[in-house]
Amino acid sequence: MTQRIVNDFSIVVGTANGSGSQTSNATILRALFKMGIPVSGKNLFPSNIQGLPTWYIIRASKDGYTARRDEREIVVAMNPNSFEKDQASVTPGGAFYYDDSIKAPVTRTDIVVYPMPVKQIVRNDPDIPSNLRDMIANMVYVGILAQMIGIDMEKIDAALSFAFKGRRKAVDLNLNVAKSAAAWAKANLEKKDPYYIEPMNKTDGLIMTDGNTAAAIGSIYGGVQFVGWYPITPATSLAEELNEYLPKLRKTPEGKETYAVVQAEDELAAIGMCVGAGWSGLRAMTSTSGPGLSLMTEFVGLAYFAEIPLVIWDVTRIGPSTGLPTRTSQGDLNFAANMGHGDTDNIILLPGSVNECFEFGWRAFDIAERIQTPVIVLSDLDFGMNQWMSEPFKYPDVPMDRGKILWEEDIKKLTEPWGRYLDKDGDGIPYRTLPGNRLPGSSYFTRGTGHDPYARYSEEAGVWETNMARIKKKFTTALEYLPKPVIENVDGARKGIITFGSTITAVHEARALLETEQGIKTNLLRLRALPIATEAKEFIAQQDKVYIVEMNRDGQLYEEILIAMPELASKLVSVAYSDGMPPTAKRITKEIMAMENTHKFGKESK
Amino acid sequence: MNQALPMAGANVQVNLVGMSKNDYRGLPSTLCQGCGHNSIANQIISAAYEMNLVPENVVKFSGIGCSSKSPTYFLNRSFGFNGLHGRMPSIATGALFGDITMKGIGVSGDGDSASIGMGQFKHMMRRNVNMVYIVENNGVYGLTKGQFSATAEVGLTLKKQGINQYMPIDICMEAIASNATFVARSFAGDPKQVKELLKAAMAHKGLALLDIISPCVTFNNQDNAYHSYTWGKDHEAPLHEISFIPARDEIIIPDEFEEGTVREVEMHDGSSIVLKKLEHDYDPTSRFQALHKLEEAQENNWLVTGLIYLDTKKPALNEKYHLVDTALNRLTEKELRPGPETIKQINDLMF
Repeated sequence: MTQRIVNDFSIVVGTANGSGSQTSNATILRALFKMGIPVSGKNLFPSNIQGLPTWYIIRASKDGYTARRDEREIVVAMNPNSFEKDQASVTPGGAFYYDDSIKAPVTRTDIVVYPMPVKQIVRNDPDIPSNLRDMIANMVYVGILAQMIGIDMEKIDAALSFAFKGRRKAVDLNLNVAKSAAAWAKANLEKKDPYYIEPMNKTDGLIMTDGNTAAAIGSIYGGVQFVGWYPITPATSLAEELNEYLPKLRKTPEGKETYAVVQAEDELAAIGMCVGAGWSGLRAMTSTSGPGLSLMTEFVGLAYFAEIPLVIWDVTRIGPSTGLPTRTSQGDLNFAANMGHGDTDNIILLPGSVNECFEFGWRAFDIAERIQTPVIVLSDLDFGMNQWMSEPFKYPDVPMDRGKILWEEDIKKLTEPWGRYLDKDGDGIPYRTLPGNRLPGSSYFTRGTGHDPYARYSEEAGVWETNMARIKKKFTTALEYLPKPVIENVDGARKGIITFGSTITAVHEARALLETEQGIKTNLLRLRALPIATEAKEFIAQQDKVYIVEMNRDGQLYEEILIAMPELASKLVSVAYSDGMPPTAKRITKEIMAMENTHKFGKESK
Repeated sequence: MNQALPMAGANVQVNLVGMSKNDYRGLPSTLCQGCGHNSIANQIISAAYEMNLVPENVVKFSGIGCSSKSPTYFLNRSFGFNGLHGRMPSIATGALFGDITMKGIGVSGDGDSASIGMGQFKHMMRRNVNMVYIVENNGVYGLTKGQFSATAEVGLTLKKQGINQYMPIDICMEAIASNATFVARSFAGDPKQVKELLKAAMAHKGLALLDIISPCVTFNNQDNAYHSYTWGKDHEAPLHEISFIPARDEIIIPDEFEEGTVREVEMHDGSSIVLKKLEHDYDPTSRFQALHKLEEAQENNWLVTGLIYLDTKKPALNEKYHLVDTALNRLTEKELRPGPETIKQINDLMF
């Protein structure tokens, strides 16, 4: 037998969508996590409710890498329709577990094959109600894998207890199947592959969650008061988690609510309600994805121009059009940054971990109210719907910033007339009053048409130009309120990588590969917001060459940087690709090496 | 600021909240001379004055179009939001959550509500947002110079547009079909009825829809057109004569109504609408009768006006939420950010 490979491989489970494998897959993931092994879990699911093939990828990485890999050392085939593909996908020398009721030939001779008598094991358990048999059958592979690679049964118990919220009967029903399956494997299977799990201590103090849950809870700590939303994959669960956690965290002792959630009839109405709520002084948010964001464009332009704070979470999927609704991308960056006709710029936040999804959840409201403009947070399907290890959520370390709001007493103290769009402080940000302010003279008329500093209708050329220049000034002011880029400089490195969002997970690993396999050291800048921070300019200026790595076809961040600092264009190299799957470190390394070898700059035709 | 406050010592008539009619006025109209919308703006001023509304307790909304310009012509002391074409409902729905003691008054048009905004219009009806929703209905796009709207009658001929080929949308019927709780139709040429219906609408808790036929004197006022003054005058068939009696007044049947021919409908706040029966024994609390009446009017080419449908039992949108007593937009970090002790509990809820 070859050398043991410990805690450094991927497990892929192929099932039919809707067959109830979620619990089983999450159980393996959580059990490994509880054993102290860094893991990540990605659900590759079709846009379908029942029947089409779906895969769950669990990566164990002793080094702590969480990006997707193409290699599949262990494959579990439960779905006859993907059996052939699943078998073909196993890494040579890997292990192939399959439900032995699948009548299809095993043709590979370079892998280790383990048939599993799934139906027989389930049938032998008299406690399983017949209507649950198919669901619980998925616990067979959990038990067999546990035995064959070494997952603690007590950690499986812990994972099941979490999944079933401690309901012991449900836990036992599942756990017993896993145990019977493990016993069967012990008696009947001979371990011939080299892949093993051993306990570590690398997950101590961490939590496991998904980005949409983190964003929802973060928003609640940000004091969200109004949510207008419309269902769309992969953003739906963000709103649903708000509905889950708002009652837990934001009811008064008397049971009264400090928030309102409205499921709208479409994204036009969802954003319209947020514009209304933001205008009336509520911390308002919506969650959506590409097609929904497209529909919100006109309202975002209005909110930009009428200077109304609100927060939009775009949990990005791949487009254009309906695209692949259950696949990820970073393709909405340019659109979000400029959405709205005429002269518009939007503030974009770019969380780079699920923990930052939490943090930007609350921070986005402070920024939106301070600058009085829409803030669009670009998460993506990979963060939003997949399971990630994370530092625990950290309580906000700064008080809420409600921005420049004048109530009755504030207005009374003014010595000069108040104007809604008057730049009193020279930072471009005017003061606003809110409906419900009962002091006569505090009101104003909001409109999407031209207006002067006192919110009066105006078609004067000079008034228009001055107003637009003032609005632009707000975005310079914004820089001091936006999250700064995260920079990692390495001794002796002359080349840099710039990236954002979930792509960072693959970039971390790619940097290690570049150094160990190619001898190329790289500095890193992870951008966390648009407009682009001045630190990015300094960073680029210090490098010989900068690779901008992102998950879209055209290099959208590359384009944003090019526009912001054309004088540095000769240093910039775009490394962009997008196929719906989260990027891999190998692919990024390959793309960078191709650029290294050709010594060309700018965008390459591939 | 720019509104006229009553001058101390001047002999100005004031209402119960100490406001003169001037306190309800707006900026001068920029619409055409004789436009029905101007007449409606004037009746809003009168109704608000007579209802003793405090302008600071009202929020005005509109979409885009001639009608949607009119919120600047009344209640200058109120907050107002002139939003996007067809999207007044969503803006108002969100905004009115800011302070649920505020009353919304929205003005839209037939293009704004029945064409581009049909979806939002209908969903606002079913949500029963606490707002007076006025459609100034002239069957034509005025601001873009005279195209057919969705309420234009089939066969209408307009300069440049030719003959309208499509069947019209009946706004009141759409509202009733969408479970609106207050549906009325009036005619800008009948200011007294417009005002009485506006007063009743202001007293209604929930959404009060007023479809007011408001002739466009520039682009659609041919004598034979449904949305014209002449046609309206000739074909108006009031369901009843109407009178609104505020809650604080002792309910006395007004002189002009004969005993035995009146029907009184009580509103949420104890005020009442007195309807004088005309030819029909019409019951505005029956959806069946309401739809029947509208269908009958269509068949007979009548402009049926009055309170067509009323349901005072359904809760307004804000009443469906268990909101704190303080206005949501007055809450501070103390109420809005969960305490530091909760973060550990939340982290423990994760795996």
